[in-house]
Amino acid sequence: MKLSRIISNAGEWISGDGPNRQIVVSSRIRLARNLARTPFPGWAKRAERLHTLELIRPAVESLPEMHDAYAQNLTELTALERQVLVERHLISREHAAKGAGSAVVMNVEQTLSFMINEEDHLRMQAIRCGLQLREAYAMVDKCDTELARTLDFAFHEDLGYLTACPTNVGTGMRASAMLHLPGLVMSEQINKIINSVNKIGLAVRGLHGEGTEAMGNLFQVSNQTTLGESEGQIIDRLNEVIVHIIEHEENARQTLIERRATILLDQIGRAYGILGHAHCMTSKEALNLLSVLKLGVDLELFPSSARVTIDELFIETQPAHLQKGVHGQKMTAEARDALRATLIRAKLKELPEPDMAKIPATEAQKETNDE
Amino acid sequence: MLCDVCGEKDATVFLTQIVEGKMQKVNLCEACSKAKGVNDPTGFALADLLLGLGAAQQIDKGPASLKCPVCGFTQADFKKTGRLGCSECYTTFAEGLVPMLSNMHKGTTHIGKAPGNRARTREINARVKSLQADLDTAVATEQYEKAADLRDQIRQLEAELTE
Repeated sequence: MKLSRIISNAGEWISGDGPNRQIVVSSRIRLARNLARTPFPGWAKRAERLHTLELIRPAVESLPEMHDAYAQNLTELTALERQVLVERHLISREHAAKGAGSAVVMNVEQTLSFMINEEDHLRMQAIRCGLQLREAYAMVDKCDTELARTLDFAFHEDLGYLTACPTNVGTGMRASAMLHLPGLVMSEQINKIINSVNKIGLAVRGLHGEGTEAMGNLFQVSNQTTLGESEGQIIDRLNEVIVHIIEHEENARQTLIERRATILLDQIGRAYGILGHAHCMTSKEALNLLSVLKLGVDLELFPSSARVTIDELFIETQPAHLQKGVHGQKMTAEARDALRATLIRAKLKELPEPDMAKIPATEAQKETNDE
Repeated sequence: MLCDVCGEKDATVFLTQIVEGKMQKVNLCEACSKAKGVNDPTGFALADLLLGLGAAQQIDKGPASLKCPVCGFTQADFKKTGRLGCSECYTTFAEGLVPMLSNMHKGTTHIGKAPGNRARTREINARVKSLQADLDTAVATEQYEKAADLRDQIRQLEAELTE
């Protein structure tokens, strides 16, 4: 199967549906596994890495879930193709930089992906739309159980699954959810939330980069520790925190509607105007404006069919996706910004103007009352 | 203030994270913060970074000449990379690793999933441990009939283990 066939379809987590889909973009579970008494990829010699690949790749490809899979050694992919996979969260940035011995196997739905010779010998991931951490774990757990029949995974009686980095030892599991939190950002409550989530030993990162100025109001929440708690306990704890964050986000949105409706409508209107008419747009600006439109869809200012259009734009406007249809030389940043703006303008033509009447502008009246 | 990684340049990036009520701080210069991927889209976690700093000091606890018999990894290599060489390294460097893991994680004992063949063994071991505790109580309180019954159960489980 060709990569182009995989990437011509949006992944299930973009085009599909799931609980709390408005706020939880996706749920991901990743398990790290290694072969016993075999040097970890970062320490292994080239021949050892190739040997690991020969052992693991056929085992993964013979999983029933993977019967119609896309499998490729990373050396056979161009830098651009690897970057496309990174932007879809199908491989990690670290994996994309790996050479001989590294490979990726994924299913057509793009819900399961296996990275061979990443930091660990095998990292398997399930990604689902909305808040579905338990469902994602069930998928990846099944694959793991099946693989353990043929592969001798490194396991220690006390320490559990052994990993290259001691931060992953134990369950080898990283559970994370991507949250869209424009309400908490606009009402300036996001730092408070991030601090309290950090306090209970969970990590919050932006979509691109550490810190609070995450682009597109997207934040990833994940577990930081992997030893001393079972997979179920980690997932339950994370799930509970996410449910709280969803509640806070919903409250923040409601407060914005009640108290700052004019500003809210202004932002949505401007985002619609700029996206529909700009001729030059950086990916950061695009993500931030698309995030505001996404909020507009949640508030029913746009028809619900607009959701997929906007979610796809989040991915399609990222640098590598933008260039994937363009052959020849690498584009300059300027050319990319122009192409991005063109793509967005075309897509926005399908989107009717926001129906601002859905939200009554209470602000003016409120201010006179305050006086 | 100097950078915690290179110890040469002035630190300009200051990171703080609270894990389990413990505040962890790290100061980095511009170059090291880039090298460690502090602004990097995907992989950065402060835990990983702190590990590379604090952990390498901790692992020094074992004798310096320690070398993994399977992969030839040494403490100096761990200091450099913050990663281990192979699964056997966890046994080789156990003395330094366990205190480090207890700082990093919720506990030092894995209580989750185990690979198929190991799962039953772990289950039996846990069951034997709990039965043994009951047996001790039974003996102490002179409930000999109950004690004999518990002893039989333990023997049966242990027989299954040796099979």
